[in-house]
Amino acid sequence: MVYLEFEKPLEKLHSQLDKLQEIVEDGEIDMTDKIKELEQKIKKKQKEIYSKLTDWQRVQLSRHPERPYTLYYINQITKNFVELHGDRCFGDDEAIVGGVGMIDNQPVVIIGQQKGINTKERQRRNFGMANPEGYRKALRLMKMAEKFKLPVITFVDTPGAACGLEAEERSVAQAIANNLFEMARLRTPILVYVIGEGASGGAIGIGLGDRVFMLENTWYSVISPESCSSILWRSWDYKQQAAEALKLTAKDMLGFKIIDGIVQEPLGGAHYNPEGMAKLLKKHIKKQLKDISTIAIEELLVQRVEKFDKMGEFETVES
Amino acid sequence: MSWFKRFKEGIQTATKLKRSIPDGIWIKCKGCGHTLTRKKLVANLYKCSKCNYHMRIGPVEYFEILFDGAYQTHFENTRSVDMLKFKDLKSYPERLEAAKGRTDSSEAIIVASGKLNKIPTVIAAMDFNFIGGSMGSVMGERISRAIDLCVAERMPLIIISKSGGARMMEAAFSLMQMAKTSAKLAMLHEAGIPYISYMTDPTTGGVTASFAMLGDINIAEPGALIAFAGPRVVKETIKKDLPEGFQTAEFLYEKGFLDLIVDRAEVKERLGQLLAILCAPMSQNDKTAGAIIESKEVPSPAEMAPVNQEEAT
Repeated sequence: MVYLEFEKPLEKLHSQLDKLQEIVEDGEIDMTDKIKELEQKIKKKQKEIYSKLTDWQRVQLSRHPERPYTLYYINQITKNFVELHGDRCFGDDEAIVGGVGMIDNQPVVIIGQQKGINTKERQRRNFGMANPEGYRKALRLMKMAEKFKLPVITFVDTPGAACGLEAEERSVAQAIANNLFEMARLRTPILVYVIGEGASGGAIGIGLGDRVFMLENTWYSVISPESCSSILWRSWDYKQQAAEALKLTAKDMLGFKIIDGIVQEPLGGAHYNPEGMAKLLKKHIKKQLKDISTIAIEELLVQRVEKFDKMGEFETVES
Repeated sequence: MSWFKRFKEGIQTATKLKRSIPDGIWIKCKGCGHTLTRKKLVANLYKCSKCNYHMRIGPVEYFEILFDGAYQTHFENTRSVDMLKFKDLKSYPERLEAAKGRTDSSEAIIVASGKLNKIPTVIAAMDFNFIGGSMGSVMGERISRAIDLCVAERMPLIIISKSGGARMMEAAFSLMQMAKTSAKLAMLHEAGIPYISYMTDPTTGGVTASFAMLGDINIAEPGALIAFAGPRVVKETIKKDLPEGFQTAEFLYEKGFLDLIVDRAEVKERLGQLLAILCAPMSQNDKTAGAIIESKEVPSPAEMAPVNQEEAT
């Protein structure tokens, strides 16, 4: 386990637990009561820590190195999943993965950003920061979903779109813009889940849908707290303040009606119990797919545009 | 060796209350350093007579260049609010106040309707002096309503982009304007109404990654910076110098993301030509909009300043 700064009190308890279990494995002494007691202690401590997280701590949780990524959920939730590759124009961007699979008896197209689980993979996948061809692959798969009337599920988990010469040369801006334009009129339901980081245009590039949800310990905003700090405070040191100022947590987003709901994470966060998280997510997706299937596509498209058209706060002054 | 060393080029003056075109008789070109009289500059549509550098101008200047004469502004009563109680070094209301002191615009975008070469047209133009032309809820709402107006009256839409990108002080609301404007443009598209995106210096960030790149036709002013991540950010990320001309209009044209690069002196003529062609089917199919094309001839350029440079394309 990797422990974040504020999770440190748990580390000690967990190592005590490990030691007790070792003794039990040796088979000499009965430790059941002691173990139970310690497990209760851990639960209590977890509740204590996770019930009063600051916004910045949630940002850290969303980036926890052991947090499950898109492909983990896909593998847990679907059967017969086939990953599909390439944008048919330039190449295959591994920062975005996508393909077809079955959630129980429901065929779906799933697309999401994929960070890596080790250094090599992180480099290959550019830490989940997609190039234009990633967004274009996503759109190609969505168009296929439209053709076969398959619902689309996207998993958002990115620190932003790729930044570099190539991303600009092939216009990541145009790729994102085109996705937004096409997703607004895609004739099949779209469910969006922010499963980790939802930063900027890179996130919304696969984030326009009929229903948008966030996992409990995720964030969604126009910019990362670090970049916000560097631009507005002109220093990298104000990330905590920036995180508070941006009001970027799932709870904030729900309050602003920018998202439709929050998917609760197991106690200790998704990284503490990935399997439990996947089960909760699957249950949530199945319910949403069922609900949305009752709405006629024409009606759904009208609602989709209206949903985003309503977003924004302004006042009307006397002219 | 001198005792004092100047680290930064040029005179360092506070940028407070700086107008896009400073007041005064003499104005120095940012492109070549050539000094022009204000009168000459205005006559030349705010372009340098020596190097053809296109100076940044605001919505009013563009409306005067593009509309045949009178035009009407819309939705000016929509104003920004500080819904997040956002405070960095300054509070958002302070920034809004400062913006109002810097420009006459009521927000970073002004929507107007009028005739362009006799074609009734809606033009939305951005003001870079209003918090860097940044996109917040009001910009999204004004564009959304401009699109509704275009659909209701069957008029074409031109958006003149000039923006630093998202308005951070509106955080996620700002981000959602990308989805909002793009979704509404999809509606405009379904209605078969032309939309021309006209990118000027600078067009960056969330503006580029939404409506600016979604024109049926994308045009730009020569030399305009057009980017998603700005050059400074890209440079810091890759830790290398950027190739010359990177992220300019000419660069995007070469890469296939722009249809045309048009000199400001010719932009009205070019837009008129395009709209006359794109609006023709609209007026034929829709009798109620029969007035869109009033004459059969290709519209002639209006009284414009003489062109002293070849079109950049």
